[in-house]
Amino acid sequence: MDTVIHATNIKKIYSNKTVLNGVSLDLIPGEIVGLIGPSGAGKTTLVKIIMGMESTNEGEVAVLGTKMPNRAVMTKIGYMAQSDALYDNLSGKENLKFFGQLMGVTGSKLDKAIAHAADVVNLTDDLGKRINNYSGGMKRRLSLAIAMIQDPDVLILDEPTVGIDPELRQQIWAELYSLKEQGKSVLITTHVMDEAERCDRLALIREGITLAAGSPKALKQEYQVNTVEDVFLKAGRLQDENSSNR
Amino acid sequence: MRILAIVKRIITEMFRDKRTLALMFLAPLLILSLMYFLFNSNSTTNATLGVSNVDSSLVKAVDNKHIKIHHYGKNINAKHVIRRDNIAGVIKQSGNKLTITYQNSEPSKSTIIKQSLQQGTIKLKFAALKAATTKQAAALKQQQAILQKLVKASPQLASQMPTSKSKTSQQAPKNYTTSSHYLYGTSKSNFFIQFLPILLGFFVFLFVFLISGISLLHERTTGTLSRLLATPIRRSEIIIGYLTGYGIFAVLQTLLLVWFAFNVFQVKIVGNFWLLVLINLCLALVALSMGIFISTFANSEFQMIQFIPIVIIPQILFSGLVPLSGMATWLQWLAHIFPLYYGATSLTNVATKGADLASITPNLLILIAFIIGFTILNIVGMKRYRRV
Repeated sequence: MDTVIHATNIKKIYSNKTVLNGVSLDLIPGEIVGLIGPSGAGKTTLVKIIMGMESTNEGEVAVLGTKMPNRAVMTKIGYMAQSDALYDNLSGKENLKFFGQLMGVTGSKLDKAIAHAADVVNLTDDLGKRINNYSGGMKRRLSLAIAMIQDPDVLILDEPTVGIDPELRQQIWAELYSLKEQGKSVLITTHVMDEAERCDRLALIREGITLAAGSPKALKQEYQVNTVEDVFLKAGRLQDENSSNR
Repeated sequence: MRILAIVKRIITEMFRDKRTLALMFLAPLLILSLMYFLFNSNSTTNATLGVSNVDSSLVKAVDNKHIKIHHYGKNINAKHVIRRDNIAGVIKQSGNKLTITYQNSEPSKSTIIKQSLQQGTIKLKFAALKAATTKQAAALKQQQAILQKLVKASPQLASQMPTSKSKTSQQAPKNYTTSSHYLYGTSKSNFFIQFLPILLGFFVFLFVFLISGISLLHERTTGTLSRLLATPIRRSEIIIGYLTGYGIFAVLQTLLLVWFAFNVFQVKIVGNFWLLVLINLCLALVALSMGIFISTFANSEFQMIQFIPIVIIPQILFSGLVPLSGMATWLQWLAHIFPLYYGATSLTNVATKGADLASITPNLLILIAFIIGFTILNIVGMKRYRRV
């Protein structure tokens, strides 16, 4: 088993609109892969298909060698959704505890996991507060902590750093790198281009296809530009020209 | 384990949400109190009373414009006659003992009989007393005349002579002793207790339906439901967790309402208290699974409220508040598609007629079928959010 996520030729059609048209994606242990692309490109759909929460019209997904959808494999995936799905009436700690229990973490292990996850996202002092007293950034951080609660083999993070200040973003990336060191894999969707630079590999999804893929460095060379942002823009322009020429 | 986590979460959330808690526990008490004061006055004006072997003088005394007398033979079975002829009560006499059996399905009729009998016996006593006093007066006069004669004849004797006891009250009024029996309910029955069991079922149904439906809807719209499904939890574990968590509140609500009715309004029920709780639990679970099911057709809390006129109101109409026996046949059949009909009928039978578990089992089974049906629909329906 050398691939953590193995998605081949994914096709997804929502009521006559093709959202994904043959996207493939691989993730190996100890790798951080970034999914970039404009809003509505199908990044979140792809993530949900990988999680087994959404059906595909064509193509298959295997996570950790198991064909998705599979309930048991979900224990090994840490998932952070695009919207903060938290229980407003519960405290930060209660949210962490609840999702930890659902993931099968119990007893003193759970207490340790809660303490660690809260530490990474700098929420230790605010764990007792109810979520309706949290700021947007705090909610985002708690969602990330929940994704890490069961010490998963693979993290799937859908725009994890929206609303998080630069200092804390550094801290979170430090944690992601440390997870990578431990041989864990991270799939991350983002709009923030300096974050894309930090990924090992990038996949640029646009209009339902993988427009470009490779390490940030290789992509920059390929398109002969200086930043990932320019790669994004140039690749997009080229795609539009091609489709209008056709 | 995961179910337990969900149950715990629901309980914690519920206790944090004071307003919902108040809606579930205080609002029914308020409505119940209003109903109590509203319905506690009696209004029925006529009752049919059967008499068997009762002194004709008493029958005549009891009779008034509110009572219709029905004469029966000597050896009748009161309960049997009441059921057969649907009369409000029967009085049987043996010696001085009156045995009154009330049907009591409409407590105000029992009250009419009770009052008439009371007035009747008082009337009889008065009449007898009057007769006695007249006789006594006559006897006294006689005695005095004799006495005077005697005194005249021999004055010494007079002081020694004991006053002769008058034998005047041979015709003393019969002192009737009465004992009362109730076919349904007890002496404490009234309109309120007729409606109480139906209300118990209805409150539990309404509030559990709303709260569970809205809370699942909330999970759906805030994304926590799909977040839940991103964990290895089974779809059935979510549904069962919901049923258990809100089921606990439904039982608490029932206990509080029944306690309140018992202790504040002094209502007495005939049947087993725990049977009421059991029926209400079944009703609550139907409401829960129905609420969760219906919530999938709503996109906001407001849309969930819009289901009340469609889903809840018809059920009230057919729950027994309006007597079913007076309805057209097809309407009576229509009642059978509503879960509340089965729940309310069972609750009424237990509370006012003392039905036992065996006799309400068919209704309970139908409620359980509703629960299972909706639960399966819910579990399957949740596939929309996760394919396994």
